[in-house]
Amino acid sequence: MTEQLTAIFGSAIVGSEVQCGDQEVLFVEPAQSREILEWLKDNEEHSYDLLLDVTAVDYGSVPGVQVVYQLWSIIHKKLLRIKCSLPENRLKIRTVVDLWSCANWLEREVFDLFGVDFVGHPDLRRILMPKNYSEGHPLRKTFPLRGKFSREKQTKIALEQDYEDYYRPEQLGALGIEPVNDAD
Amino acid sequence: MGIIDDNKRQLPVAGNSAPTFLTTKVDFVVNWARRNSLWPMPFGTACCAIEMMASAASNFDLARFGMERMSFSPRQADVLICAGRVPYKLAPVLRRTWDQMMQPKWCISMGACASSGGVFDTYSMVQGIDTIVPVDVYVPGCPPRPEGLIYGLMMIQEKIRNEALADGSLRKEDPEGAGKPEANSSEVRALTGVFGNSTQQEKVSSLAQTARPGRFKDLLG
Ligand code: SF4
Repeated sequence: MTEQLTAIFGSAIVGSEVQCGDQEVLFVEPAQSREILEWLKDNEEHSYDLLLDVTAVDYGSVPGVQVVYQLWSIIHKKLLRIKCSLPENRLKIRTVVDLWSCANWLEREVFDLFGVDFVGHPDLRRILMPKNYSEGHPLRKTFPLRGKFSREKQTKIALEQDYEDYYRPEQLGALGIEPVNDAD
Repeated sequence: MGIIDDNKRQLPVAGNSAPTFLTTKVDFVVNWARRNSLWPMPFGTACCAIEMMASAASNFDLARFGMERMSFSPRQADVLICAGRVPYKLAPVLRRTWDQMMQPKWCISMGACASSGGVFDTYSMVQGIDTIVPVDVYVPGCPPRPEGLIYGLMMIQEKIRNEALADGSLRKEDPEGAGKPEANSSEVRALTGVFGNSTQQEKVSSLAQTARPGRFKDLLG
């Protein structure tokens, strides 16, 4: 498969290896990651049609973030992991939400914790950390374990959150989700 | 404070006067009723909540001491039992649950995490719920055994027994006080010593870079 991909995408395929016995890992260039994922999804021979996970790793030794896509082919029962290294100064990659809609929240999570900007994502905002969290992206290796603010300031900011805001019906409506009517 | 009448005179009310024969007798009856019908508001967020459930179940049976019913509505509860970790995202929820409880109310902080943040000395965790709500009893342990929680509740009962109408300092609420540490930073530094803890922000443990983990095959050589 690696030869096949190299024939099509050329230097966008950086390398491949097998990890942990049988986990195939493919390293790709961020500029073409979307095309490669689309090809893997639509190609009949491989048809990696299920996106199991989108996550990211900050190894610390190399500045920057590695975005990881875990794919599963339902028909062929095969796993594939795609890794994509983003340099520190350009944490940008194209979204795959239109290929797999389950990527929506997963990409929001990666954005929230690592600060990766998914270009073209329909609703890129924080998902795990509080909405008014302003200390940055906590899973980066450069982020201090206890956060950047003092505990006093952190508690202050936390108590200022409006948690009812998370579920405002108008906002759900803006995303095309029907608000639940309590009267029914 | 207190009640002012039309002629700007302060009226004697509970909390302002010295104990009298009448108020001490009323105290006795009121405190007896209160301490034997404490309804807990369970705020279980993690593993400690399992022990709290165990304390309510038949082997330990909290109901023997008057905690007949776990009240899942804060408006009908007397004692908030915060069992488990509280992240900052949950902090305003805990605060509002406390604010919704009617006076008189008490609070138990159950376990190391609720009392001090425990091992979770990180960016996302409240370091002790006493920065958010006033706590009456801290139950130590990770998790405390049900006996520990029951002992904590009995300490609250003991506290109620000694309450008096004449004591004006009871039930004072200070909504602005939340999140303000009482000790100043030099006091904290003197107490925590060289190792630092969550209150000492200048000691950052994770800024050092982690070496790239070696592969298994590298290790096997
Ligand atoms: S104190 Fe221990 S048992 Fe309780 S919530 Fe924390 S980790 Fe869990």
